[in-house]
Amino acid sequence: MNIDKKIVDDLVANDVSFVTTVPCKQLAGVIEEVENRDEIFHIPSNKEDEGMGLCAGAFMGGKRPMIIMQNTALGVTLNTLATLTQFYRMPLPMLISYRGELREPVSCQVEMAVHTKALLAQLNIPTYHFHWQKDVEEFDNILKYTFMSNKPVAILTDANFWGGYGDQ
Amino acid sequence: MIRSEILKEIAPIIRDHLVVCNIGLPSQELHMIDDQPTNFYMLGTMGLSSSIGFGLALAQDKPVISIDGDGSVLTNLGTLPTIANNATGNYTLLIIDNGSYGSTGDQPTYAGMKTSLSAVATACGCENVIEVQDKDLGPVLQSAIDSDEMTIIVCKCDSGNIKLPVITMDPVVIRHRFMEAVKA
Ligand SMILES: Cc1ncc(C[n+]2csc(CCOP(=O)(O)OP(=O)(O)O)c2C)c(N)n1
Ligand SMILES: [Mg+2]
Repeated sequence: MNIDKKIVDDLVANDVSFVTTVPCKQLAGVIEEVENRDEIFHIPSNKEDEGMGLCAGAFMGGKRPMIIMQNTALGVTLNTLATLTQFYRMPLPMLISYRGELREPVSCQVEMAVHTKALLAQLNIPTYHFHWQKDVEEFDNILKYTFMSNKPVAILTDANFWGGYGDQ
Repeated sequence: MIRSEILKEIAPIIRDHLVVCNIGLPSQELHMIDDQPTNFYMLGTMGLSSSIGFGLALAQDKPVISIDGDGSVLTNLGTLPTIANNATGNYTLLIIDNGSYGSTGDQPTYAGMKTSLSAVATACGCENVIEVQDKDLGPVLQSAIDSDEMTIIVCKCDSGNIKLPVITMDPVVIRHRFMEAVKA
């Protein structure tokens, strides 16, 4: 199974047509797939809170948005998640590479990994953790759940899910 | 002129358009001067007025005006390259540059010192950047809205605030009312 393609197929099937991204090595394939799809407008952002602002505007303009980002950025988005996405009740699927988990080669990444789930829990953000490739089967349901509930929802995807970190 | 005087002057120009208005006194002033369903008031999230308005402009065809502040643009400078490189003609960014963090008591910003936001916007790749003095804003804003090209306006003005109440409208009501106006 090509999980990059499966994820983007699910986005298209759920009418997600506005995607903003800040890269992570693990997300390179899915970002490339997003960029190549005609059904999706891909707009790279420079910082993740900026991207969430773009998504809020796109949602109010009638599009279903999504952000693809690394978990190390969670801290810079807390104010935006609380005072924009949640306060105004807007849906936002967040596909997050969960760096610093099993099979992580870069020790510094662990420092935010240990806070990731705690921060998401503190914000009452529904959180899913993809560890095995087959976990991607849940993605379609998670998207439906996000747009049903009008909430930000986190999908943490670790190195094992992506098939390892790559050349080490 | 101070920000509230500027908003009073441009209210008739922006009344029928989608407006995303910056956190704090700018939203409170616009709400008091001319509350419209086409106004999206930010109650928090300093810095994202330009991003929210730009996302909205990309998602649909109606003209969108983001009313932003110098301090807020400085806190989200990354917005300018994004806007420049994905330009859309229905978008106007109006930066009310009073050289201060007005809403928190007029502490000076770097935009009131050596930093030129219009030069920054140009360097970021924005093609129509107009720096204008407060009293000349009206016609410049009108032609920016009318034109098919995206425009960034940096409006230089005085710092200063008037006393006025906070917005008590529920955020979900603001958002719902605004989305109905977007669809109308
Ligand atoms: C993250 C964050 N930091 C600080 C503040 C406090 N704050 C609210 S409005 C504001 C000033 C904004 O200045 P500017 O964008 O220039 O707008 P002005 O009020 O001058 O029109 C500040 C510092 C905040 N709301 N959020
Ligand atoms: Mg200011």
